[in-house]
Amino acid sequence: MAADEGTMSYPPIEPSTFDLIIVGTGLHESIIAASASAAGKSVLHLDPNAFYGSHFASLSLPDLTAFLTSPSPSPPSLSHSSLPNLSQVPLQTRNLYSVIEISKTETIEEAKRFCVDLAGPRVLFCADLAVDLLLKSSANQYMEFKNVEECLVWEGSKGLRNVPDSRSAIFKDKGLDWREKNQLMKFFKLVQKHLDVEESGERISEEDLESPFAEFLSKMSLPPNIKSIILYAIAMADCDQDLAEIKTGILKTKEGIKRLALYNSSIGRFPNAFGALIYPIYGQGELPQAFCRRAAVKGCIYVLRMPVIALLMDEGNKSYRGVKLSSGQELFSEKLILDPSFIVPPGIANSSVDTHEDSSHICGSGNINQKVARGICIAKTPLKPDVSSCLVFFPPRSLYPEQASTLRVLQLASNIAVCPSGMFVFHISAVCGDAIEGKKLLNAAVNALFPVPSIIPINSFQEENGNMEELQPTLLWHAFYIQELCTGSVGSISSMPMPDMNLNYNDAIEASAKIFQMMYPNEEFFPETVTSDIPEDNDDIATDTESR
Amino acid sequence: MHGRPRKALSQEDGKALASKAAKLRTLQSQFLHFHQNKIYTAEAVEVSAKLLEANPEFYTAWNYRKLAVQSNLAAAQSTDSDGSINSILDEELKVAENALKKNYKSYGAWHHRTWVLSKGHSSTDRELRLLNLFQKQDARNFHAWNYRRFVTALRNISKEEELQFTTDMINDNFSNYSAWHNRSVLLSQLLKEKAQGYSLEQNVLEEEYEFVRNAVFTDPDDQSGWFYHLWLLSQTVKHDRPLLVSTWPPHGSDVHVPTYNSAEGFTPSQTASVHSSGGCFPVVLYFSEAVRGVNLTTVTIEVEFDTNSDLKWKPLSANVYGCAQAWVAYVNCPDGELHAARTYPVKLRLGHSPGITSLHGTHYNHLSCIEFKVSILPGNSIHTENRGQRTSWKDDNFIPYETNHQNSSLLDMFFNLSIDEGSETTASKWQAEAIANEIAQYRELLSFSNCKIGKLTLARLLIAHDAMISHNNLNASSIVQSEEVLGLYQDLMKTDPTHSQYYKDEYSSVLLKQVTSSRESLLGYCHQYRKSTSTENSDLICLRLASLSITRIGSFEKLLWVRMLDLSHNHLQSIEGLEAMQLLSHLNLSNNRLSSFTALDPLRFLKFLDVLDISFNEIGSHTVDTRRYLCSSPLSHTTGSDFNIEELTTNYLKDGNYWEAYLTFKCLNLIELDLRGNVIVNENFRSYMSNLMPNLKWLDGEELH
Repeated sequence: MAADEGTMSYPPIEPSTFDLIIVGTGLHESIIAASASAAGKSVLHLDPNAFYGSHFASLSLPDLTAFLTSPSPSPPSLSHSSLPNLSQVPLQTRNLYSVIEISKTETIEEAKRFCVDLAGPRVLFCADLAVDLLLKSSANQYMEFKNVEECLVWEGSKGLRNVPDSRSAIFKDKGLDWREKNQLMKFFKLVQKHLDVEESGERISEEDLESPFAEFLSKMSLPPNIKSIILYAIAMADCDQDLAEIKTGILKTKEGIKRLALYNSSIGRFPNAFGALIYPIYGQGELPQAFCRRAAVKGCIYVLRMPVIALLMDEGNKSYRGVKLSSGQELFSEKLILDPSFIVPPGIANSSVDTHEDSSHICGSGNINQKVARGICIAKTPLKPDVSSCLVFFPPRSLYPEQASTLRVLQLASNIAVCPSGMFVFHISAVCGDAIEGKKLLNAAVNALFPVPSIIPINSFQEENGNMEELQPTLLWHAFYIQELCTGSVGSISSMPMPDMNLNYNDAIEASAKIFQMMYPNEEFFPETVTSDIPEDNDDIATDTESR
Repeated sequence: MHGRPRKALSQEDGKALASKAAKLRTLQSQFLHFHQNKIYTAEAVEVSAKLLEANPEFYTAWNYRKLAVQSNLAAAQSTDSDGSINSILDEELKVAENALKKNYKSYGAWHHRTWVLSKGHSSTDRELRLLNLFQKQDARNFHAWNYRRFVTALRNISKEEELQFTTDMINDNFSNYSAWHNRSVLLSQLLKEKAQGYSLEQNVLEEEYEFVRNAVFTDPDDQSGWFYHLWLLSQTVKHDRPLLVSTWPPHGSDVHVPTYNSAEGFTPSQTASVHSSGGCFPVVLYFSEAVRGVNLTTVTIEVEFDTNSDLKWKPLSANVYGCAQAWVAYVNCPDGELHAARTYPVKLRLGHSPGITSLHGTHYNHLSCIEFKVSILPGNSIHTENRGQRTSWKDDNFIPYETNHQNSSLLDMFFNLSIDEGSETTASKWQAEAIANEIAQYRELLSFSNCKIGKLTLARLLIAHDAMISHNNLNASSIVQSEEVLGLYQDLMKTDPTHSQYYKDEYSSVLLKQVTSSRESLLGYCHQYRKSTSTENSDLICLRLASLSITRIGSFEKLLWVRMLDLSHNHLQSIEGLEAMQLLSHLNLSNNRLSSFTALDPLRFLKFLDVLDISFNEIGSHTVDTRRYLCSSPLSHTTGSDFNIEELTTNYLKDGNYWEAYLTFKCLNLIELDLRGNVIVNENFRSYMSNLMPNLKWLDGEELH
């Protein structure tokens, strides 16, 4: 195997016994590597790939194509372990991407200079858990961010319009009429009053908090267009909130308000960040990598391009003992973490650290029967003139009447160092029940954003730029794929979940923290260090706002 | 920063503060030594820099630095080295900047920086960057905004560019009063200059109305946008020039003047005409706003007879700038020289020579000519009858005024009067339309938002609209609108009790506008006075504005003719402006809330007042006189106050507690006075008052002589 040859040059890994071996450098794996290292555990972090990030990676176009289309390696031949009483269990992989449709890489110039996200679109909210964790773990020193300049929402035939997401955005908005401005701001104030704990008596009733958020918005007599903006572009609901038959995915008022609060507290958290959302320069793959670097500082050993071909099992009690690398070396550890590409072999007795019922499927959110349709598009023109990065929401039913989920598009440009200058990358995602629905969603979005000959009305900035033909983004390259949403499990062998369908990392970080706590109940998840060099105030997220 | 509560100091903080204070004191005494000995060496100057860095508020140190700079600059100039001049000034900029970083609201530091830059040697490149930094830290730092205006003028930055800056700041956070304010300053200048794109006031203001509507609709509870809206409204309705709105005598009227001394009292006349009394009659000019510069050159008086005295225009209740809305001249009709059978024409001319200016410096320039006739009324016996009987304000003494009464011609004169015809149509169509549009918008806002300041703005818009269309004759719609305004103010009184006094004042002036809006309406409040003993009606007309809950009076321009006025049973705390009603002889202010004699100050100007009822007010019950600062007194140096210090020291110092009463009443010559029901009144005071006014015949309802 090619991989074998590639790793032959590595010297043997020293030592050969660890507290924890982690295979795969996705976000969950990297956070646990960093937190376990910080807790004083000896950690070996392996990745069969040549890059960091696994399913959270940011890749060049050729690498992306290779990653998505490479066949899963055939199971290697079994042999006996060098040690007595140990048997080898081959490590099987599974296909997590299907219905892959990719343009030829040759159609695009400088394909290697792109850096596109496997699990896009995804952003950080300035006040979310990811930012807090970066600051707490000091991983922020390895990253730089840029604002997502604008949030837009698709209003069917009326085209795109800005999301009036803050007081000043409502003030500036040209699409809302006077009454709507008043209603929307009044609602924001209501939420704010509810959140201001000190001001009692202004709280939203418990009954309302337990009711569906969509119902609550109707009760507040907000018109449908504003309701839709709040639900899908601010509270980021994934699926149609007006369809009562869907049992999951209905947002409760309590959760809706929590999301509004997150959005609101994100605006203006950092004086140099304009708006609520930021995105890492060089792509989201920087995030797991930053945690890996944090782990390395605390003593974690990193080996890339190093596949694990088999697990070592105690023949007696069938328990996990270690891994066998493609280099032939055998390494031992108490615990093992596998990235979601690998199937935890059923033959090994996976003593769960916690007998609690939900311990095996704790991580990952959403309906297990759902999938995520993801797309990456490349064009030479932005969706809106002079806007290099923006997030576009297509609420349910805005593309076609049966559209059941929110589709999100993140436009990025060369100022974030993810593409050559003059190019724009568009990350698309939506939750879907099956591949057919997923493809339909992606195609509808592409047709709306990159119509072949006709002109889409992009209101509000039509007047500013008379020549619309020139501004029409033309699709140069695209990749569509359907990603599985598998959850993780915790035991002596733990399996990590796939990237979820969310726009931010909150669920992923909560899951990582939970897994860590289950694995090491007596350790603190990133303890506060007294000697920490983090400044007291959290003004430390580096955001480059020059482009504003 | 705004809205941050102050925290109590912890013990450690307190200790740190104490040691800091000790250090500061050493530095300070060192510095003062240098300052007193005029030592400006580098080391000495350095001490002041350290001191200012620690405490930018120490203005003596800033002054010391200015002296040091002057002395060092003089030395540098003598050696002719540009380099050292620059380095001296750069050092000052650095010190000021450091101080500002410590406290970006330090008056001394901002002033010092302005002072250095005004010397003209320093580059201003850094200033805008510095300003951006400070304005980002606190967008409402008015020092920074002030300094910004200074720097932009110095750098010749265009007003359009600065206007864009205010737009950006407002877009960022529309609660920025300073940005809105600077916007109004810049726009006023651009409109005045008629800069490119700003020549059409209409377009600019309409755009601004729309811009600010974003703010008030988004957050109606935020006041900054409303304030800007108020400014826009004032720009829309502003009269370019002061106007003459009313006179007494009105144009085309006949004045009958009795020939006996005014001190003898009131004399009714049986003839249908305008009356005056006392061988002398007042001529009153009432302007649309307070003006100055009214004199015999700017307003000429042509009289055929010799007035036999110094004719001159006097302001009635002038403010500190010598401006007054009402001006008076007293024309004497010399005894025995005028023929009773003849009428003598009088002509007033205004606008022929410039000089009448408003407080804002705009000139009155409309040519007007007011003509009326004066005739002499021989004295008769009626007035003696009057002296024998007390005036009664009871309902029985009044009968509704007959509209076809011959005297109604008097009212007609006021309502047909249009002195400044032509110039009053300045309110062109777009302004009325703009305001009508705003009215529609805010009615809409109030339909879904219960917002105090929105109601207030709607009321103001309606009033402005009423005032505009009333120029183009009165109609029913204006009366409907004033009903709406009254409703809004009544609502506000209930929902916003903190400011109810303001709303009551506004309510009162709108109510009076409504009362005086038409001849018919005003006639409804006019009654004929009938003495208790007589079955015959006198021709004295009483304007009865009793029990209307008003807190102040207004619409004087329509009331200059009134001789008998009943304002009893209201909530008056002040009678400001009443001095314009020069003909008043009978005044009932009983059962109001007047709290001091200073509140009665306007009475000093009412030469012909005979009968005054101020019973059942609150005079003497308040220890603090809240109106004193508004009134002229020997203590206030008000222009036009004609107090004779010698007279005062001899008269009122001996009067002890009653000096305020003395100031108000010494000029009056009352025949009847009712003081009952006021805390200050006792036997002592009563005898004081009867001594002060020897002609007093009735005091508190009792006959004195």
